[in-house]
Amino acid sequence: MDVGQMQRQWIDYTKSLFLEGFLDGQFLQLQQLQDENNPDFVVEVVSLFFEDSERLLKDLTFALNQNGVDFKKVDAHVHQLKGSSSSIGAQRVKNACIAFRNFCEEQNTDACLRCLQQVKQEYCLVKNKLETLFGLEQQIVAAGGSIPTELSFSG
Amino acid sequence: MARRNFGTQVTALVVDDNALNQKIHQRLLESVGVRNEVVTNGKEAVDIHCHGKRFDLILMDMDMPIMNGIQATKELRSMGIGSMIVGVSSRCPETEIRKFMESGLNDYHEKPLNTAKLNSILHKMNPNFTSNNK
Repeated sequence: MDVGQMQRQWIDYTKSLFLEGFLDGQFLQLQQLQDENNPDFVVEVVSLFFEDSERLLKDLTFALNQNGVDFKKVDAHVHQLKGSSSSIGAQRVKNACIAFRNFCEEQNTDACLRCLQQVKQEYCLVKNKLETLFGLEQQIVAAGGSIPTELSFSG
Repeated sequence: MARRNFGTQVTALVVDDNALNQKIHQRLLESVGVRNEVVTNGKEAVDIHCHGKRFDLILMDMDMPIMNGIQATKELRSMGIGSMIVGVSSRCPETEIRKFMESGLNDYHEKPLNTAKLNSILHKMNPNFTSNNK
């Protein structure tokens, strides 16, 4: 595959992530902050998101499996996860967290456990998608090309 | 007369305990030429001012360990710090935002911060501000 084909593949894949709701405009904002002086900015930020999320999902699993669930603690963890996902534009994770917080307010353990599964699922999906995207970027750069800077959603 | 990029004349302090938010806010500020430093909680924000440092702009998170944004803002104002203090939080309830504003903020923005929100903050500081950002 030549560089041009790889770049088109990257564009199409990135567009699909937005169209399927995995990412929102905040991710575009992060891409716009990346430049020749900060070439790895997006990867670095997303890596921090992965670290945050994995820690929080672990803490949530622990908290929801206690005999007396501390819903204030659970809500605090979900709030943090919602914040992190919102900061990188991981829209579906953010939306799953919003639903989760509603059930924390109701102190409904079963519903919260279901929400936790949903959040974990959405997190795994977006993690795989982003890792695939970064893999495509590495291939483009290794082949001597550059990552496209413009995404057009028209047509 | 050509308008100068106001951002390069501004210094900022990022007050946030989360590494992800710190990184994004710092990069956003750098992108408009704003020199900046980071501290990880309200107490460090107060301490850095006690050591004589001053900033034109302070981006203040609400929820932080040791000292939160509300307490830190109150302390900074009681010290006579006249910097532009902007609350940046993902808290939604009106009551919480009002409480944060009443602690002495000049402005409040919901996270995540982005170029448009930052430009509006800088414009508030100087209506002649223009950004050369893409």
